[in-house]
Amino acid sequence: MSAPPSGEPLLTVEDLRVSFATEEGIVQAVEGVSLSLRPGEILAVVGESGSGKSVTAMTLMGLTRSPNARFEGTAHYKGTELVHASEDELRRVRGAEIAMIFQDPMTSLNPVMRIGAQIVEQIQEHEALPDQQAKERAVELLDKVGIPRARERIDNYPFEFSGGMRQRVMIALALSCNPSVLIADEPTTALDVTIQAQILQRMRELRDETGAAIILVTHDLGVVADIADRIAVMYSGRIVEQGTLDEIFYDPQHPYTWGLLGSIARVDRPRPERLPAIAGLPPSLANRPDGCHFRPRCPHEFSKCVEVPPLETRVQGEPGHRDRCWLGPDDKKERREVRPGEIGLEAKSEAGAA
Amino acid sequence: MSDGNGDGALVDIEHLKVFFPIKEGFLVDREVARVHAVNDVTLQIDEGETVGLVGESGCGKTTMSRTIMRLIDATEGRLSFRGEDITHAGRKQLEPLRRQMQMVFQDPFASLNPRKRVVQIIGQPLRLHGTPRDKVEGRVKKLLDEVGLAPEHLNRYPHEFSGGQRQRIGVARALALEPKLIVLDEPVSALDVSVQAQIINLLDDLQDEFKLTYLFVAHDLSVVRHVSDRIAVMYLGKLMEVSPSEELYTKPIHPYTFALLSAIPIPDPEENRSRERIVVSGEPPNPIDPPPGCVFHPRCPRATDICREVEPPLVRYRNGHLAACHHPMNVSAEEIKEAVKDPTSPLSCGDELPSAAA
Repeated sequence: MSAPPSGEPLLTVEDLRVSFATEEGIVQAVEGVSLSLRPGEILAVVGESGSGKSVTAMTLMGLTRSPNARFEGTAHYKGTELVHASEDELRRVRGAEIAMIFQDPMTSLNPVMRIGAQIVEQIQEHEALPDQQAKERAVELLDKVGIPRARERIDNYPFEFSGGMRQRVMIALALSCNPSVLIADEPTTALDVTIQAQILQRMRELRDETGAAIILVTHDLGVVADIADRIAVMYSGRIVEQGTLDEIFYDPQHPYTWGLLGSIARVDRPRPERLPAIAGLPPSLANRPDGCHFRPRCPHEFSKCVEVPPLETRVQGEPGHRDRCWLGPDDKKERREVRPGEIGLEAKSEAGAA
Repeated sequence: MSDGNGDGALVDIEHLKVFFPIKEGFLVDREVARVHAVNDVTLQIDEGETVGLVGESGCGKTTMSRTIMRLIDATEGRLSFRGEDITHAGRKQLEPLRRQMQMVFQDPFASLNPRKRVVQIIGQPLRLHGTPRDKVEGRVKKLLDEVGLAPEHLNRYPHEFSGGQRQRIGVARALALEPKLIVLDEPVSALDVSVQAQIINLLDDLQDEFKLTYLFVAHDLSVVRHVSDRIAVMYLGKLMEVSPSEELYTKPIHPYTFALLSAIPIPDPEENRSRERIVVSGEPPNPIDPPPGCVFHPRCPRATDICREVEPPLVRYRNGHLAACHHPMNVSAEEIKEAVKDPTSPLSCGDELPSAAA
């Protein structure tokens, strides 16, 4: 780990494995994820759909528990082990210590309950506060997340708010018990860009004011560049690379990261003839290739890739920067540059999809 | 690709208005208000051209694209397709035109019938328009191949495909009748980034191969850039700016366009930190009661008295770049002097041109 900004990690996830039994067999959604989160830090977990990023986040909250799910590994938060904790233990942590913001503000609020009542309910679940005081706190929270005329709007129902405003209500709800960890699962994906910019700014300010650490689950590297301190890139159930914001953007080690960085349409650069795409599709979860999961889509694949590369530090002078790729650091430096000064991944072969 | 002001207009939209009535009352419905979804838009789409139509949710872009497809009726204005007035065309008149205009929808999970096999989904338009039964399968296989799917998959169901593959099926269905115009309503916003790029490249290739005309609707300026020849920016039912595509990114004239561009986070931490950004406050106003004057004035950092009173005309600058703003950005005094009011301006706008002093 690089020099911690403020001491001890708040949350440590070690070798988390989550699998689900389905009709088609065992689906290994998360395959050995280790993470740590320090106070006040914004950690972005980046990946495409099916990479296991949301399952990882939801498992920390005990939201993936079901009869067909199996869990291994640990997640320690202030002396509580979350993965195997009892429902009672979890309930004490959930909402109060670790809170979650969901992707879709249209469906994650209760449609038949006034928003004030939803916030009050959450506060009173964790603290013995009289109604009036809890309501006062709710007004303050709504005001803090930028909802105009909070005192009047507290008695509105979710349908009376726009998407951006609903997401603010979600954030207020998540902040209601002063959590020290906030897990945000694609918090701005359903929103327009101008509203996204407002919400991200708000989240940054709240982190500065309350000192809460944030795990931001997203597929959008633009959002990540805007807000994250550290990044973990996930692919097909594994972390393939992790490091600080600058390490990932300026010295990416894993070919998948190169592909991700290369495939973003940038508005601040002249437009390329063709958009660089990563050829092929992510493997189906039930049927993954041996060794490196990215192997079938990777143009730099070689004989060693049939073995699983461990997640370890491979760059000198960047102790917190780890990746899962067998290529040597110098080799990588050479191969990731598709054009001078431009990182990307060329197509593996003509065969695209299917 | 054409430059956007030729006479080969495939679609010609003149002063198009689409209002949705809000009704209230018992026994007798009374119209109490109207949602001004599209409010006087004039736009031409030339043959072989790609026009990007961009705006935030609720700006009227989807209503406009559906009106062009004649899925929604226009309230006022005129709409013609290849020179033929179709504003009030009935089913009979539309039928032969339907095969020339097709649509690809946003959500590849909701826009394919889950109980039908791929061959039925793509074959349906073919059968409806008279392709003999025994020819359908061969044609579907060819279409699958063209959109990058394995022809053997024609008997599969939609759930057996990933999101990107489903969107390819949607594209194949739209291509089946060899249309002239394809309206793409947010075709990639439901897909992962790396897959988005694949679909955009596919659309690009198909356009070259079949000489297609696209209307590409999106909420995100970064996506439309790669396919568009011209981009129209919409806000609250009105056109704010229409520009040759590259110029919009290097030289946005309307403050709203600038705000949209600066709201897109750049995937480069350093440039992100150093970049000049305006974060517009607030949200788009209610289209039931749009603000007077310039519709963007309540959120605009440059707004002055004139913006609150007079609706700005669409002003034509160099290179056919149009913008409806009293206080344009990124244009020199000389360019402002040359500027003229464009005939495509809304009927309700004022005649005041921006002054160089602003």
